[in-house]
Amino acid sequence: MRFLLDAEQREFTASLDAMLTAADTPSVVRDWSRGDHASGRALWRRIAEAGVFALAVPEAYEGLGPRPVELALAFVELGRHAVPGPLVETVTATTLLASLDDAGPAKRLLPALVSGESAATVATGAYALDADMADVRLALSARPGPPLGELEDGGGESSPTRTPAELRLAPPPGPPRPSLDPGRRLFPVVPHGGELLATDPPLAPALLLARLTTAAQALGVGLALLDRTVAYVKQRTQFGVPIGSFQAVGHQLADAKIALEFARPLLLGAALTMTAEDVAAAKVTACEAAYRTARTALQLHGAIGYTAECDLSLWLTKARALRTAWGNPDECRDTVLSGGRRW
Amino acid sequence: MDLAFTQEDEAFRAEARSWLHAHVPASPLPSLETEEGFAAHRAWEAELAADRWSVVNWPTAYGGRDAGIVRWLVFEEEYYAAGAPGRVNQNGISLLAPTLFDHGTQEQRDRVLPSMATGRTVWAQAWSEPEAGSDLASLRAKGVRTEGGWLLSGQKTWSSRAAFADRAFGLFRTDPDTPKPHQGLTYLMFDLRAPGVTVRPIRRLDGKPAFAELFLDEVFVPDEDVIGEPGRGWRIAMSTAGNERGLMLRSPGRFLASAERLHDLWRSHSGPANTGTRVADALIGARAYQLFTYAAASRFLDGDTIGPESSLNKVFWSEYDIALTETALDLLGEEGELADTDWSERYVFSLAGPIYAGTNEIQRDIIAERLLGLPKGRR
Repeated sequence: MRFLLDAEQREFTASLDAMLTAADTPSVVRDWSRGDHASGRALWRRIAEAGVFALAVPEAYEGLGPRPVELALAFVELGRHAVPGPLVETVTATTLLASLDDAGPAKRLLPALVSGESAATVATGAYALDADMADVRLALSARPGPPLGELEDGGGESSPTRTPAELRLAPPPGPPRPSLDPGRRLFPVVPHGGELLATDPPLAPALLLARLTTAAQALGVGLALLDRTVAYVKQRTQFGVPIGSFQAVGHQLADAKIALEFARPLLLGAALTMTAEDVAAAKVTACEAAYRTARTALQLHGAIGYTAECDLSLWLTKARALRTAWGNPDECRDTVLSGGRRW
Repeated sequence: MDLAFTQEDEAFRAEARSWLHAHVPASPLPSLETEEGFAAHRAWEAELAADRWSVVNWPTAYGGRDAGIVRWLVFEEEYYAAGAPGRVNQNGISLLAPTLFDHGTQEQRDRVLPSMATGRTVWAQAWSEPEAGSDLASLRAKGVRTEGGWLLSGQKTWSSRAAFADRAFGLFRTDPDTPKPHQGLTYLMFDLRAPGVTVRPIRRLDGKPAFAELFLDEVFVPDEDVIGEPGRGWRIAMSTAGNERGLMLRSPGRFLASAERLHDLWRSHSGPANTGTRVADALIGARAYQLFTYAAASRFLDGDTIGPESSLNKVFWSEYDIALTETALDLLGEEGELADTDWSERYVFSLAGPIYAGTNEIQRDIIAERLLGLPKGRR
């Protein structure tokens, strides 16, 4: 038992952090929100060069993975820097494609996803994230007919692996709907459209990875919100002193710190075990911690934090969006409760 | 980075599990905050010690197994999973013993530790005083130099376990003329049955005498019971306080076992609509605390000390414990109103968590100033 990052993992995290710090991600997000993907594409390729997408792809398809711990570490950094784009969706798509019985689509699509030449999105519901920018648009939809469970044993709990589904390459999208997080552009999905890639694909591993990386991204968002707020309350003065010297301010930030620091081991533990319960626990905890930190950050920034012109908004709105993406808090808690004795 | 235990650790786990399975009392012992329960728990300590399970992380010379921190965590997981009794000598084992290992003399270790390991001597802590809660530097109870030792006078309060314990440890002001209040304090051990000591039990919310006031009137303490240098007690106590808030006071095993029991309770009771959410959060919190502690233990093994991070820990477990036991009482409905159940005892105990070992307000100040680097606070 050595539950501690090794030197290589720390170095990977630090180099990703340095690269993203230099990239001026706030202006990339603002371009992205307007539908201008040029700076985002350039950043996407650098993220790919750093090896991030390769971590989700098996070696058979020119990847290095799957390596959930390193993916989690990478996504914390992507969240900390508010990197826009279908990041979670791309690793989810690669996992889905790599697990299909038919190796054709994986051979055709994965190498470009690993290298960053293309990006992917995956829709399981009504909207596809960044579908205009994604070159590979996967859509999962329920197959007409009764659920598999009913056919096999006359009922039972539904689970992602047992839901009959069709995996399709979706056609080009129509216009996006405005999103609460302008950096996450949502496009309505045309049901049952496009080329059919597989029926009843094994979804569980991909959905688990989606949930894990979303949790990691949320933790990163929360850490950035805390850092920025700590910096702000040190320099913002009221009544002649920095507001950070007030106990009422310090205690709110202490609570945010506690919430985030207890989410971190859950995330890394989940990346090691990859059990549904651990991943769900990490997701709900990281997202709640980030969301709570967002509320604290907004309160302590005061009115300036409530504006779109303040960069804080880039993280504030993402904390809200990630909370429901790939498993909302109730769904995650249900997963935890439905497990047996496990620790 | 891994969560896998070595074969040796797993063998240790299996040995502990099988011993506990054979020895844990079939029905719960009476509350250790009663005279009868105290005696029963003392006997349980002796039973643990007979097979070297009372202080597994201590050196073998003092009745331990030299187990190391990882195996201590493993043992605690098994201990609480087995439903074993609460530890009556927790104050001694988790607060005084580490202090003696770090700052005591060989003679003190040889004299004090073996009887602590067997429960023959049960220790109470004597930190707090009237008007000195989390502000330990304002202590006033004094020690005056005398031939071969010190004469202690003054009043201590909130002394956990002191109603039935044998001996106590705490800080006394031995030099009133120092420029700063945390100087001139001396850390020492004393006998609760020595001439000049009056123990007045204090009943907590449920009426049980879980702590006491101590009135000291020229109580003689020989030099051999001074820990470290006279006047340097503050630094020594701070290292103990870090320990108290840090790893050793509340092991994750305790919360893992409680969360599982709560989960069982939830499955057998229909509670208010939101109890599922709260039970899930209890399961998640126990796992988070376990993994947080594994990470801290791993850093500790790498040579890091436990610093202000222990304040994160203290706020987390104390608030977690209340949320967990509250949920259990809500699930129990009218049964939850009864005072003599295991859950209600746990609930009353949990309510003290945010108050003792440095209030959670003080911990949040430490987090704000020392972990987040905020300017020193206006209080």
